[in-house]
Amino acid sequence: MITFEDVVKVYPGGSTAVDHLSLELPTGRLTALVGPSGCGKTTSLRMINRMVTPTSGRILIDGEDVAERDEAALRRGIGYVIQHAGLFPHRTVLDNVATVPVLLGKTRREARAAALELLERVGLSADFAKRYPAQLSGGQQQRVGVARALAADPPIMLMDEPFSAVDPVVREQLHREFLRLQEDLGKTIALVTHDIDEAIKLGDRVAVFRTSGRLAQVGTPRELLAAPADDFVAEFVGRDRGLRGLSFDSAAGLPVRPVDGLLLDDAGRPVGWPGDDGPRDTGGTFTKDDSLRVVADLAIRSPVGIAVRVGPDGAADGLVSHHDLADYLAGRRS
Amino acid sequence: MNLSYLLDPAHWELGAPYSIPTLILAHLGYTVLALLIGTVVALPVGLYIGHTGRGSFLAINAGNAGRSLPTLGLLMLLVTLLGLGLLPVLIALTVLVIPPILTSTYAGMRSLDHRVVDAARGMGMRSWQVLTRVELPMALPVLMGGFRSAALQVVATATVAAAVGLSGLGRLLIDGLAVNDYSRVLAGAIVVAVLAVLVDLFLALVQRWIVSPGLKGIE
Repeated sequence: MITFEDVVKVYPGGSTAVDHLSLELPTGRLTALVGPSGCGKTTSLRMINRMVTPTSGRILIDGEDVAERDEAALRRGIGYVIQHAGLFPHRTVLDNVATVPVLLGKTRREARAAALELLERVGLSADFAKRYPAQLSGGQQQRVGVARALAADPPIMLMDEPFSAVDPVVREQLHREFLRLQEDLGKTIALVTHDIDEAIKLGDRVAVFRTSGRLAQVGTPRELLAAPADDFVAEFVGRDRGLRGLSFDSAAGLPVRPVDGLLLDDAGRPVGWPGDDGPRDTGGTFTKDDSLRVVADLAIRSPVGIAVRVGPDGAADGLVSHHDLADYLAGRRS
Repeated sequence: MNLSYLLDPAHWELGAPYSIPTLILAHLGYTVLALLIGTVVALPVGLYIGHTGRGSFLAINAGNAGRSLPTLGLLMLLVTLLGLGLLPVLIALTVLVIPPILTSTYAGMRSLDHRVVDAARGMGMRSWQVLTRVELPMALPVLMGGFRSAALQVVATATVAAAVGLSGLGRLLIDGLAVNDYSRVLAGAIVVAVLAVLVDLFLALVQRWIVSPGLKGIE
């Protein structure tokens, strides 16, 4: 666990970057630090590995004050990923990934062998090993950055806007892969982002910072969407937070009505809704594992206002209209 | 004026005291010594200033001041102070070498992507590891540019050694002028020019060898 104990950072000149921050980042979980620019989130992150020294207060890792650790040794035990990856342009991809193990005393040969495995883990084939960073796309560089931070298998990872330098499509893909990776690895991660959607999507917990370095609210994404602490958080989380909050609710408990009026094929799979010019597309289907947000979206987009549920075999097994969904949500509220 | 001096095989006899190969060797000797001393002085200072950001005014102004000093005048002054010998020549040539190396080292260090340096520190490199494993290799293309221009200047200017009684290709120029043997002067001029080109080619090869392929295209 990483603990901030009443941490203050005032820069020379008097500007306060972090104002009496007390925060706990639980072990094995991803805590997203989010807020507008100048809110002290990056400064807070960089105080964990002592890239920035707090003016007062303490930062503890598993109860031990980081200020008492040797600076370089502390950093070697913490993965560090920054925006634009910050790869060493003069080293091959493989040697970039092998950096920290070599610093920790591994032979270059051992470190490279391990690095090769890690590259595959982040979705890069062995062909990339001998290339230089300048020969990679932004998304590929970011993957190498993650692999490099993971190379010494540190229990803690600090990530500063790791996905913001790539286009939305690639970012989406990196998010998915990263979540899968984190599911396997269970690192204690602090991730800085200015993007509340990214924070909600990736974070087990989200810490919202307001300008001038004060913590506005900490909680699970669901808590944040359901009960913002104040106007600042509510506005930052966004106007559509009601709809987005639905993405944390499973469709498993949602009652459905029997399939009726829908055109089906021989196996019972939906073909479409009857129309004058042949079947009209249902716009997609959902399963019990999907979220209510998916159901709401399908009901809105459906030509007849009805979302179609399918079973594991792809056969339609229930229908939900937007009225049904509204009733269900109303019932849940009372 | 003709090429007779240059093409006379007698002047190319290896080991003969006044032959062209002997003069080239002496000339290269002054050049290498001056480059060596200049690098030993300027490189650490440039790296220190670039790494810490402290004293950058020194890197910039020393560069400008050094460049405007006439080497021949400086040499004469040094000879009156120190007497004849190798020392005043080496000092004068070293003064010529230091500004381009100092300025280019500093410029190379300042041009680095600070995010890469930040990443290096954040990954747990100690200060000298950041310097030797990240900053220096990344600054190398710019640094080598300064070193090559320093080498060119010294090869051309080392002819002044002959003006104070030492050897080197300057002998052909000065002695040739003294006895109105313009064929000898021409030989000296041509050999110095060719030598300068060869030295630069050699350094270009060295640069290709020591600069990481990952940095090509950035230089």
